[in-house]
Amino acid sequence: MKTSHRMAGAALAVLTTAALTSCGSGSGAGSGPAADGSVTLKFLVDNSMGTTATAKALTDAFMRANPQIKIETETRPGGSEGDNIVKTRLSTGDMSDVFWYNSGSLLQALNPAQTMVDLTGDPVLAGVQQDYLPVVSQDGKAYGVPAGTLTGGGILYNRKIYERLKLKVPKTWAEFMANNDTIKAAGITPVIGTFKDSWTSQLFVLGDFFNVQAAVPAFARDYTANKVKFAGTPAAQAGFEHLAEVHAKGYLNEGFGSATNDQGVKMLAEGKGAHYAMLSSALPPVIATLPQAATDVGFFGIPGPDASRNGATVWEPAAVYIAKTSENVAAAKKFLAFIASPPAAEAVTAAVPPTGPYRIKGAELPEDAIQAAKDLQAYVDEGATAPALEFVSPVKGPSLEQITVAVGSGLTPPAEGAAQYDKDVEKQAKQLGLAGW
Amino acid sequence: MRALRRLGAESVTLVLATVIFLVPFAFMLLTAVKDQTQATDLDFAWPTDWPIVANFVAVVEARDYVLLRAYVNSTVITVASVALLVVFASMAAFVLQRRPGRVSRLAGFLVLSGLIIPPAVVPTIWLLQALGLFKTLPGMILAEVSFHLSFAMLLFRAFIAAIPRELDEAAQIDGCGGFRLFFRVIFPLLRPVTITVILVSSVNIFNDFVNPLYLLPGDENATVQVTLYNFQSQYNTQWNLLFMDIVLITIPPLLLFIFFNRKIVAGMTAGAVKG
Amino acid sequence: MTRQHVGPRTGPGPVPGPGRASRRRRDAAYPYALYLPAAVVFGVIFLVPTAMAFYFALTRWTLFDSTFVGLDNFRDFLAEQNLSIGFGNTLFYAVLTSGLKVVLGLLLGVLLTSRLRLRGFLRSVVFFPTLVSTVAVGITFSMLLKPDTGLVNEALAVVGVDGRDWLGDASTALLSVALVDVWKGVGLATVIYIAGIMSIPTEYYQAVAVDGGGAWHRFRHITLPLSWPATYSVIILSFIGGLRSFDLIWTMTRGGPGFTSDTIASIIYKQYQAGFFGLSTAGNVLLFLIVTVIAVPLNHFLGKRQVAV
Repeated sequence: MKTSHRMAGAALAVLTTAALTSCGSGSGAGSGPAADGSVTLKFLVDNSMGTTATAKALTDAFMRANPQIKIETETRPGGSEGDNIVKTRLSTGDMSDVFWYNSGSLLQALNPAQTMVDLTGDPVLAGVQQDYLPVVSQDGKAYGVPAGTLTGGGILYNRKIYERLKLKVPKTWAEFMANNDTIKAAGITPVIGTFKDSWTSQLFVLGDFFNVQAAVPAFARDYTANKVKFAGTPAAQAGFEHLAEVHAKGYLNEGFGSATNDQGVKMLAEGKGAHYAMLSSALPPVIATLPQAATDVGFFGIPGPDASRNGATVWEPAAVYIAKTSENVAAAKKFLAFIASPPAAEAVTAAVPPTGPYRIKGAELPEDAIQAAKDLQAYVDEGATAPALEFVSPVKGPSLEQITVAVGSGLTPPAEGAAQYDKDVEKQAKQLGLAGW
Repeated sequence: MRALRRLGAESVTLVLATVIFLVPFAFMLLTAVKDQTQATDLDFAWPTDWPIVANFVAVVEARDYVLLRAYVNSTVITVASVALLVVFASMAAFVLQRRPGRVSRLAGFLVLSGLIIPPAVVPTIWLLQALGLFKTLPGMILAEVSFHLSFAMLLFRAFIAAIPRELDEAAQIDGCGGFRLFFRVIFPLLRPVTITVILVSSVNIFNDFVNPLYLLPGDENATVQVTLYNFQSQYNTQWNLLFMDIVLITIPPLLLFIFFNRKIVAGMTAGAVKG
Repeated sequence: MTRQHVGPRTGPGPVPGPGRASRRRRDAAYPYALYLPAAVVFGVIFLVPTAMAFYFALTRWTLFDSTFVGLDNFRDFLAEQNLSIGFGNTLFYAVLTSGLKVVLGLLLGVLLTSRLRLRGFLRSVVFFPTLVSTVAVGITFSMLLKPDTGLVNEALAVVGVDGRDWLGDASTALLSVALVDVWKGVGLATVIYIAGIMSIPTEYYQAVAVDGGGAWHRFRHITLPLSWPATYSVIILSFIGGLRSFDLIWTMTRGGPGFTSDTIASIIYKQYQAGFFGLSTAGNVLLFLIVTVIAVPLNHFLGKRQVAV
């Protein structure tokens, strides 16, 4: 039996070597303060350029002011893959000390009461604007501070084209479609579609929520309680109809089914397309390579049926939270308090052009802000904004982006798309165990 | 005349294969050496600018040289798990093929199940945590072995079936049984399929992406495929750097393959069953 | 052809048992202990978590807590709006990709074991796609298949054919992804075939040469039947792989446009992405049952097949 022993020995040797080379890699919640009082915090952020640049600006500024606290940033993918990583790490007790994550409905799925440090009434929150707190709260307890700025979700448009064709920013959907007609006649793509990145197809529906709320003020509450649906509520179904109409009129670019988000932003900035239903946060990352995106691209809310009730739908900034498993809560709180202060906002502004107003008391949009951010600020100053549905209701179906691609490509009629989405939502509400479903 | 026709056919095959298989590769290389604005177009246009060195340095330096650590981690994981995989799978496949009965029927079914059922991520994390192997290379190695065992056993079993049983019997008469019979007589004959298993499972494990993402989180534990996330995010992608990274993590295995190609062929031929 | 009926048995299935007398000696030659290392690793790290997961298929599971809901998840999964499209797509995809991989893999395997010049170079070329990550393959082909600037359509335009938006068009999206899958996977099938052809004892070819048989004869009566272990492996691996496939589909179309290129595995993946962990596990259990119903008889049939030289 000599041979088998030799083989087993070889296998064992391989294992042992592997074990040795992997020593000393413990991370996760990190360890408590070292003897000299210095502390290392782990900070998990998503890997989008905007987030990593913001996180770097925040940590650099914070460490300069607090040399005894060191922050190590770790990245994760964004999107739903990222949601799963965050959930997995929280549920297996392996989360970093502080982490960056969405506010609103996605936060509700993380069981904050069980997994995060409750900040209610803590001085950490002193610098946060009061009306932001609901989107980082569950059952009246607040868990995070805003990182980044408000984002507008509506139509990004090329101002050069508007100037050349002497167009006015539309206040109603009919005016918007009339503009599209003029633009098409001038030989320019009126509306950019980038359905390869399917999430971009949702904007016509999600960005229309200001108009939904204007027509049906109780929509969010009744929708959460399963009393009202997209299909059968004309104001809510309008988003699906707009999407179908834009496709049916031939306003979309050629190859909209396989174009990507980057390509869409590039087309818009270079004036090859006039309108793009998008978030204003799509702009800052491209300014380095396409400087005209800062000046030539403006923003307006998706227009509704009534010019007298015109406004924009906004997305609240993501937040930074503290994991309950952290052993460095004091240092982590110090970091969060810094994030929610005007100096932090200034540090961020220097690194990443803001896409809209901050949610921090006393933090101002700079003079040289990008045009889209200024346009959004104007809506905020008039009080003509509404948060997107996902910030006022935990109900959001996961298949919306596929449904909107199908509606926006003419594969599914809008009414059927809205009905499909209602079914999708029902499944989600049941999986979340919401009352009334 | 015949030789000429043969030459013609060979050239046609060669050109066809090159076009079909190398054009996509050319695209990757081309994108990897463009500047960021031009790379966003994702087309075949000739680069206006050649920031080869800048792109290369940016990719290698990104996130504090994570790519280099990723190389080390991926290599350790791949080598160790493939070594274990070959030994464990060939042994098990031998009994499975040679000794029919209830045990082997169950084993055969489990092999198929392993091919069919995707690993359950979260319970696997719990289990590795309980064993103290979560976020460690040995844990990752054992996980890779268990996820690729079915594939390797299936291949080994199919090829063991082609080895005549008379050989076993002859060896038994010489007093060789069990482990010795397998490692002395059978295993050497399996060289062609062993090489195939090594090739294929190294590629799969080296390129594995989802399992390390969950079972081996943390920058210090990064593996090569996970580094792609440094340049690609939900909202925007630095295509030139992404493709430079892709090229950098694809070329070393390709060079290894080209380098060992002759040896691989020689090994396969040497293993052929003689009558 | 004196050896016509004495080809070795090459089916991987179990052999009809020998007489009772030799059984004890046989058992000693093939001890169950050889199973042990594989069984321990597989049992602990794969089977235990899988069994745990199967329990969660019966619960509403958020990762933080779970509520037992019986068979609700199975009902909900079966009520999934696009499941029937997904089922048809899954079969189409699996049959097409595994069929093409067998045929092309065999042809390339024969070609690359023949006396071709530049054989080594071609082997590397064919094997290269398997080395590239799925993400890279997905992005590259999305680009090559683009409607306006894609190389495929430009090449088609040269010969006067009007191309289309291959991935953005519902009627061609799945087919395009399947062909890319073949491009990526055929190198693997080829390597397996090369091993299979290399394992064929040279005496068989010599016998054919003595009989004066040509290349076709050699292929039809020696290479094809005697590379059966390779064929069996390629069919099983690529068919099961095809039934389970979603990663390439996910990077290239995300099951779209709309839901037109969804497969069962991509539908399951979407539930997982949405955080419906119990539901996605229930989907996996169902997929397991479906694949088992198809694959076990197939495996049995292919494994039992005797060589008819």
